[in-house]
Amino acid sequence: MERNDPRSRSDAYGSRINRSHSSLLANVVPWVSIMVASILPIFPIASALPIIPPLGLLMLLAWRLVRPGLMPIWAGMPLGLLDDLYNGQPFGFAIFTWSLIMIVIELIETRLPWRTFWQDWFTACILIFGYLLAGWLLSGGQPTFHSLIALIPQLVLTILLFPIAARLVAMLDRFRLTRWKAL
Amino acid sequence: MAPISSRRSGYSRRAQYNLFTGYVIAGIGALIGAILLALSFFQPHLFGGLRGVAQDGVSPATEAASTVRTGSKGFWDTISGYYRAGSKNADLKREMEIARIRLAEAEAVKRENLHLKGLLKLQDAEREPVAVARLVSSSASSTRRFAYLGAGSSEGVEIGMPVRSPRGIVGRILEVGSDSSRVLLLTDTESILPVRRANDEVVAFAEGRGDGLIRIRLINLGINPLKPGDVFVTSGAGGYYPPGIAVAILTETTDDGGVARIISDPAATDYVSVEPIYEPEAVLGAETPIERELTD
Repeated sequence: MERNDPRSRSDAYGSRINRSHSSLLANVVPWVSIMVASILPIFPIASALPIIPPLGLLMLLAWRLVRPGLMPIWAGMPLGLLDDLYNGQPFGFAIFTWSLIMIVIELIETRLPWRTFWQDWFTACILIFGYLLAGWLLSGGQPTFHSLIALIPQLVLTILLFPIAARLVAMLDRFRLTRWKAL
Repeated sequence: MAPISSRRSGYSRRAQYNLFTGYVIAGIGALIGAILLALSFFQPHLFGGLRGVAQDGVSPATEAASTVRTGSKGFWDTISGYYRAGSKNADLKREMEIARIRLAEAEAVKRENLHLKGLLKLQDAEREPVAVARLVSSSASSTRRFAYLGAGSSEGVEIGMPVRSPRGIVGRILEVGSDSSRVLLLTDTESILPVRRANDEVVAFAEGRGDGLIRIRLINLGINPLKPGDVFVTSGAGGYYPPGIAVAILTETTDDGGVARIISDPAATDYVSVEPIYEPEAVLGAETPIERELTD
């Protein structure tokens, strides 16, 4: 059998003989990838414009839309708590908005169970737009017109980055379910 | 992707309860977030300690990243320096010569200043910086403009202290952790700084606009005396910042002042120094409510 097809005994995640998924990886990868993405935007120094996309939110959206049912609906609260420690907004902003976003996606999913990637991207666009606008309004500072204009590059960049985040999530998902040698 | 079947709980009581509890917890999460958000609006420093600890936790990584960042910037500067090196070199030599002459003149003025101050019995103690550290990170994805500094309360940094680079003012300490602190940059919308024009006594407020520029608002309204190219320095009013440090250059004039660019861009600085509050008594006086007496 192997002579005809070397991959006959394996699936997308590797050989099935004496190999199995790691339950640790399968559970931890989505959460850790979102947490790492939450911390990443503090590294560059952007003094003029908020130019770096909210990567934590982007990863949350990608996991939720690319792999529905994986993140529990309450995932916005603990992940938002960590994001709040680093995002520079008033504390509680990410807990609030991320929880709302998870609930909204759940509602959209009950209405439109079958979606293509384009529809997911459109959903993500609307949610990102709402999130950045709320961030501008609830920043704790004066919401000036100039800072609203300054938001546009970040908005465009974030929306354009969503497909890349989705592909990254697909890659991480393959890694999450890789079969490892059972001991 | 197709919805998963586990969302349909069917007749299983357990599945139904699980699903329902998930919704309830999510709702409670949103509610808690809203309450925390409201709390931090009224008490902005309430969660500062928590954030300070979080910032201290990642400070080894941010320190390393900032070292790499400044190092690589130097590398690119070196490469771009070779571009038209000859003509640049000649220009620099000419500038250097003029600068040397000006420096000698400035030395003479400084000496004279010292002499005159001595006659007036004015004392100007030499002020040592509290700490010298790198700007290690920033809130790059938020509308607010904060930076994080690699020095905290263990180095003696306190809330309110001015932060400056060799070029000019960068901002003010807002929150302090044990090994890191949060800096309110000049471009933040909450930052207001009393300034004056460098060559005369036109006083104004420099307010951050949130888009990298600074709005200069004149205190004395009337005919706007400002011109593009005017340099603004700190006036020393308010007691936080020492007077005479460069802040911004005017780029365009408006009805009540102008729009200016900051002189010391935090993204381009390597090390910054934290200085003690210029007049702690004045700051204390400004913070004391009007009902309470200042002296006892």
